[in-house]
Amino acid sequence: MISGVLAGGMYGLLALGLSLSWGLLKLVNLSHFALAFLAAYLTYELGTTYHVAPWWSAAMVVPAMFLIGVAQHWLFDRFKVNELASLLITFSFAVILEVAIQLYWTADYRRFETPYSTLSIKAGPFYIPVLELVLCLVAGVLAWGTWLWLRKTYVGKALRAAAEDADIAAAYGVDYKKLAYLLSGMGAAYAGVAGTFIALIATLAPAQIWAWLGVVFAVVIIGRLGNPLGALAAGMLIGASESLAMAVLSPAWAPVVSFSVLIAILLWDPEWL
Amino acid sequence: MNAARVISRDLPKVVAGLGIVAFALLPTAGLPAFYDSFFYLVFFWVSLSTSWALLSGFAGYFSLGHAAFFGVGMYTTATLTTKFQVPFLATIPAAAAIAALLGIGIGAVVFRLRRLRGELFALLTLAVTFVIATIILNTPIDGGGGVFMSAVPLPHLMSTPTGTIYMLGFAMCVLTLATAWWVAHSRLGMGLFAIHDDEDVAEAKGVPTFRYKLLAFALSAGIAGAVGGIHAMYVGFLTVAGTFELTVPLYVVLMSVLGGSRHWFGPAIGAAAITTLLYAFISGGEAMVGRAIVGLILILAILWLPDGVIPAIQHWLKRRRPRPDRGRAEVVPVVPAAPPIRDRPILEVRAVTKRFGGLQALGGVDLELREGEIFGLVGPNGSGKTTLINVIAGHYPLSSGTVAVDGVEIGGLPAHDIARRGVARTYQIPRPFATLSVLDNVVMAATFGGPLRARLEIRDEARHWIGFTGLAGKEAALPAELNLHERKFLELARALAARPKLLLLDEVLSGLNPAEVDNAIRLVRAIRAQGATIVFVEHLMRAVVELSDRIAVLNEGKLFALGVPREVMRDPRVVSIYLGKAYAA
Repeated sequence: MISGVLAGGMYGLLALGLSLSWGLLKLVNLSHFALAFLAAYLTYELGTTYHVAPWWSAAMVVPAMFLIGVAQHWLFDRFKVNELASLLITFSFAVILEVAIQLYWTADYRRFETPYSTLSIKAGPFYIPVLELVLCLVAGVLAWGTWLWLRKTYVGKALRAAAEDADIAAAYGVDYKKLAYLLSGMGAAYAGVAGTFIALIATLAPAQIWAWLGVVFAVVIIGRLGNPLGALAAGMLIGASESLAMAVLSPAWAPVVSFSVLIAILLWDPEWL
Repeated sequence: MNAARVISRDLPKVVAGLGIVAFALLPTAGLPAFYDSFFYLVFFWVSLSTSWALLSGFAGYFSLGHAAFFGVGMYTTATLTTKFQVPFLATIPAAAAIAALLGIGIGAVVFRLRRLRGELFALLTLAVTFVIATIILNTPIDGGGGVFMSAVPLPHLMSTPTGTIYMLGFAMCVLTLATAWWVAHSRLGMGLFAIHDDEDVAEAKGVPTFRYKLLAFALSAGIAGAVGGIHAMYVGFLTVAGTFELTVPLYVVLMSVLGGSRHWFGPAIGAAAITTLLYAFISGGEAMVGRAIVGLILILAILWLPDGVIPAIQHWLKRRRPRPDRGRAEVVPVVPAAPPIRDRPILEVRAVTKRFGGLQALGGVDLELREGEIFGLVGPNGSGKTTLINVIAGHYPLSSGTVAVDGVEIGGLPAHDIARRGVARTYQIPRPFATLSVLDNVVMAATFGGPLRARLEIRDEARHWIGFTGLAGKEAALPAELNLHERKFLELARALAARPKLLLLDEVLSGLNPAEVDNAIRLVRAIRAQGATIVFVEHLMRAVVELSDRIAVLNEGKLFALGVPREVMRDPRVVSIYLGKAYAA
């Protein structure tokens, strides 16, 4: 159960950036996962070849991802891409990234061994792995911070207004274009953060890019588009219910859980969705 | 008819016929087996992407769950052949049927949702795929070990097994394309295209939207199931991970969108192009680079050809060969003396109420209209005029009360049924089908609204109404190319084409200049002369007084006054609630 919640932290972190660009920019970014893996491979490369500590590589990788996000948005903005086209373009972009990763790092499994991966703290009868705990804390801080930013600041309110109706918001003086660049960069930067943790926790392979796609989409929807706290909460909910299903039934049944939850919620169609 | 026109008309048929014969003879030509399997893959992707487009391209319900139907078809064939020893060919209809039933089941649930947004449909179908994959993986259908098909006997249709698979794939491909062609040129296709553009309006024009969507879903899923059944034999060894791959729905979508998903032949073009490219790179040993290049081509294609290849070519041809403009014929409707208003009641509204949550929009309205009458409906903003129109047309269900048209109770019927019983409406802000030409907009309304009649007759009639409303010469234009005045008249032409007994006009005059208003008033009179009864909501008092035989004033959802226009408008109570100052007639 606890490991489920912790694994859910990763879902939530990945869902965070996706939810922002989908909910507030109306762009479905499938390449989010590819960017996260690109960041993970970069962290791995810096760590194994140049022996750079993960936090230092994060300090380099995350801003780089921000720039990629901005560049991507330039393309979308230039061609007035709609929701459907964004899905197809970012899918193609993800395929290209996957190929690039495979050409450089090959299709072999890569594992970034760090002293942190085996650390855990004892809380009562449970052992809690430190990395997962840090991941959840970081995801929590980012989600909370983003939520506050969207709720309380002028920029955040302007973004939410523009997501409702860009033309009206523009009439009230919201410079949506600039804000959209910022948001797109932030989404990609979150993918960079997620990538750092993927490098530390998971085993890397190019095809793994697609492994989380379904679950994370479920998380984004359940958490409500554009709601950072919702994304994190939904991630933990799904993570917990998956590990519950693994314990009660068998590990193979886990995927049914998240999607059954998703289908049930979509059919129930509650007001907050 | 001259020779050139005969050639241009019959050329596509000749090319299609030659193509079918050539591909059918190919396995006997003694080419290496490599070609059989390459062409089989092309047929496979053409069938799959075309079947996807039947629902998602034509009707606009974007599905990411095509792998579910395809996979269910594969496992149906695999299970029936390996566990129950059913002959391979007999399992293909079963695969189609089970996949189609699954599609109908999903559709029957999700199409009832109140707010089914496009991306939710896409994700629901994707989620269904994962659930089905997990169920198959964890039950004896697959059990995790995969299913071997090698022991299943293949019928000897051709001399080699690859030739047999080729022929099956080819037959399926021809069947799929024929189905797509038939749907695109049928009543069903017309309804689906209308649903794509504006589902509410489609329903109001008489399209049974729920049934059509289910039908399209069943066809789309059923074809995918049959394709899967054949493909099970091609792959020979089924695994859940390989069958329910995410790349299946994504490739299908990409191929359709690249070729043009709203054209029956678009997905075929996209599928052939992408399959050939991928195959070229795989056989060249550069599969990974090939994938990347396909990705790059797709990005470029979507950025520069957002509607796909076929629409882009059509657009280009249209621009190169502009149709001769027949000039705009000014239609001066001949207005006979107003027909006698008969005593037969055409619309009876009794004690109609409509509540939205706690808000009472209509609080017990009674009205009776006689045949041939022009009836003005006026009242201040928010008094319930448009709500009354929406309730009569069936867009909103009644909260209580009854509505009868020509003596038949219609309250509670779905909007498309009401439309078929002779009620047509226009929208205050015109809502034409954006991707259909002016002519197709009117043809569509005539097809679904009026009595059943031959296609050519409908076309002629549509042209008549287009001329009648002064839009002659604009038949081929898209609604976006019309100005507001013309779009309002297109609304009228669509309503008239349905040959309504009762015509509900919602503020047709608002936003028009005085000359255009005069024109519109003449038109409304001419419509009445055709025998229709008209209810019109209007703010423009000059038109109300000039046109109406009687008017009703609504205030706060209740009937406030009723009678001859000049008398009602002088009633001091009406003046006080509605005009604020006396209307100087």
